[in-house]
Amino acid sequence: MGQPRVIIVGAGPAGVRAAETIVAAGLTPIVIDEGQRAGGQIYRRQPENFRRPYKDLYGTDSDRAKAVHDGFDALRDHIDYRAETLVWNIADGHVWTASGTAQDALAYDALILCTGATDRLMPMAGWDLPGTYSMGGAQVALKAQAVSIGSQVVFLGTGPLLYLVASQYIKAGAKVAAVLDTSRFTARITALPDLLSLPSVLWNGIMLTRAIKAVGVPLLTGVTPVAISGDAQTGVTGVTVRLSDGSDRHFAADAVAMGYHLRPETQLADLARCSFAFDELTRQYLPVRDPDGRAEAPTPLYLAGDGARVLGARSAEASGRLAALAALSDLGMPVDQGAMIMLRREVGRYGRFARGLAKAFPWPHQQAAALADDTILCRCECVTVGDVRRTMDVTGAAEANRAKAFSRVGMGRCQGRYCGHAAAEVIAAHGDFPVADAGRLRGQAPVKPLPIAIGEAE
Amino acid sequence: MMANPVTHSDVLIIGGGLMGSSAAFFLRQTHGLSVTLIESDLVGRQASGTNFGNVRRQGRPIHQLHLANRSLEIWRKANELLGADVEYLQSGHIRVCYRERPENIAKMEEYAADARQNGLDLEILTGNALRDRFPFFGTDVLAGSYSALDGHANPRLAAPAFARAAQKLGAQVFENTRIGHVTKVGTDFIATAKDGRVFKAPVLLITAGAWAGELSAQFGEPVKLTARSPTMSVTEPVPYAIAPAVGVMTPLEVETVYFRQVARGNIVLGGSCRGPAVAESYRSFVKPQNTLTQLQQLRRLAPALARLNIIRVWTGIEGYMDDSLPVMGPSATTSGLFYAFGFSGSGFQIGPGVGQTMAELIATGATGIDLSPYRVERVKAAG
Repeated sequence: MGQPRVIIVGAGPAGVRAAETIVAAGLTPIVIDEGQRAGGQIYRRQPENFRRPYKDLYGTDSDRAKAVHDGFDALRDHIDYRAETLVWNIADGHVWTASGTAQDALAYDALILCTGATDRLMPMAGWDLPGTYSMGGAQVALKAQAVSIGSQVVFLGTGPLLYLVASQYIKAGAKVAAVLDTSRFTARITALPDLLSLPSVLWNGIMLTRAIKAVGVPLLTGVTPVAISGDAQTGVTGVTVRLSDGSDRHFAADAVAMGYHLRPETQLADLARCSFAFDELTRQYLPVRDPDGRAEAPTPLYLAGDGARVLGARSAEASGRLAALAALSDLGMPVDQGAMIMLRREVGRYGRFARGLAKAFPWPHQQAAALADDTILCRCECVTVGDVRRTMDVTGAAEANRAKAFSRVGMGRCQGRYCGHAAAEVIAAHGDFPVADAGRLRGQAPVKPLPIAIGEAE
Repeated sequence: MMANPVTHSDVLIIGGGLMGSSAAFFLRQTHGLSVTLIESDLVGRQASGTNFGNVRRQGRPIHQLHLANRSLEIWRKANELLGADVEYLQSGHIRVCYRERPENIAKMEEYAADARQNGLDLEILTGNALRDRFPFFGTDVLAGSYSALDGHANPRLAAPAFARAAQKLGAQVFENTRIGHVTKVGTDFIATAKDGRVFKAPVLLITAGAWAGELSAQFGEPVKLTARSPTMSVTEPVPYAIAPAVGVMTPLEVETVYFRQVARGNIVLGGSCRGPAVAESYRSFVKPQNTLTQLQQLRRLAPALARLNIIRVWTGIEGYMDDSLPVMGPSATTSGLFYAFGFSGSGFQIGPGVGQTMAELIATGATGIDLSPYRVERVKAAG
């Protein structure tokens, strides 16, 4: 028997800290990451030949970003690092990987998933026009490639990323046409007690808002999206929103970044057959795990970072360490119980702050009921909101997977990662039942497109 | 305490796959009998909804072609019959053999001669004639047998469309209804759901696929059914270019890959391997290695497809008989009891014909289709 094999998927803040903890225990983990370089999304590293300073890229989080990157670089010789590698399936205690057309199947004694998050999206008229990006996508364009998504950009949605990305664009010299938040300002007051659990993070957020206002960019809260205008050939020409007083306001723009906070990337946990439970506050199904990150699953599975629950990058570092300690402990190795207690407390604090964020920047689920029938819901398969409603009327489908089988919603190459939550809301609103009853789209391999040429070279 | 609700009808059908749904439809539409259709999960969600969608006659046993022809007539008018689009595309079907087994050409020709006597016209193509018409085949492909009047349809839509059409005609459909105990008392069959609901009818048709064995056993006819799960994949959409459904004629299961392109552009793949399944769990999973093996076989059959990606895999639960033939016809022990199950991964094309045939047999006492190869006694005798 060799040493137990720990596999970590994802090399963002959670994955790096988990790997560090496993290495510190004397093991050599396998770290699998889709990215070219470690760092994840929020601390995404620029390509090797780019030379922008940390302060420009990560602002107030530059020290943390650097620490995560340096932490990973120090691990390089102590881990089996597989960059640009996709885990496309998990079965019978093995992860199945694809890197280009090379494939592998790796057995694990403990699997720590640090899969991160992507934007939570609510459709609107015109969101399928060229020039519409997710908030995260807009940030990647800037952070990785130093480009803006347009020459005049509207930021629309809600959540901390809305303000962060808009202010990063402003700082980089891009022209920001408006920052439009669907959440009402009063929601932040209600959320204040929870948000005060991390005063420094709250302060950073307030400073971002000020910075946006200081340069004269219109910043509106409590808006309702009406339409992204433009045409399929030339793309976006503007964004119209309804203000809280009922009037419409149009902003000319050639690009829109949209997103309503984040959603965890849970497909791998799903393929590893983790249980899921409905979370009332954020209105989504989330993988079931204990406070240390131990998942309810048939093999030793641990979840950390935003891939388990969106608690932010700082929490990801702590939950990555904690999940690794839980895995080591379950493998029968000695762990520092005191450290685990401290980490649990820390993650708990971030949990409270995240509750505050969810209250301050709520997922605007009520928009689903108001969407026009001709609005595209599933962009991969070009399924409209009306298609789903008609499918329900004709077939009696009253659950997401059944609606998918009959209408193709969520059946395309993104596998419902971007439309699944909105589809559930459309189904629940049209069927007039709680969104929990609309269920969740079951994960199906491959998590992302898999080349038919896979394994060809062997 | 309230008594459990009791539902009465002329015919009770247990199993809401394609067989049960189409039988329910024809019992109403053609014969005017009252029908109750019971499905333990959701209509058409297992074998009927997750299969490849081949509307393929060629390759079936010659004795089955009469039934397959009957079924084809239904597929051709399915949309108007059901008032719903089941995406039936009569785009042809080609079955090819590989160079390393040239003896298959003679077998193809022999099969084609027999098939012609039974209403299925096949054209054998080799060399340039094959490649000019179907340039996507790899160099290992030696010959093909082409059926112009076969094609494919969407399995996710077909069985539910039959069930809805039956419902519109007055059939009662109960989903999420698991039958535990079933017996015959006097002239009535009494099926009791696990939640206590009771269903009564003088005729019982069991179309419960991989789940049928526990029901037939309650009438002294235990049948060995093996649950297996097919390996299915689909590519991203690409411009529509491949009309026929394609399959391989081979004695090796691993070589039996097949594909078809739907009008939207995605290419659906199946075959090569089947995974194990547990019927009681109602959920099965594709083995990753089976996906890789299937893709490897596909590259051999049609190398150009290697440039595409698959975006999803899926499977369901199918019931296999040891001899790959279904059990279809009356019970040997119990009058009024009928079976249609165990289609062994080959039931989709004949499904509507099976429904029509069973409806005819139940309503009139006879059918023009020869059901002797499918008698339940053959299984009992063998067991």
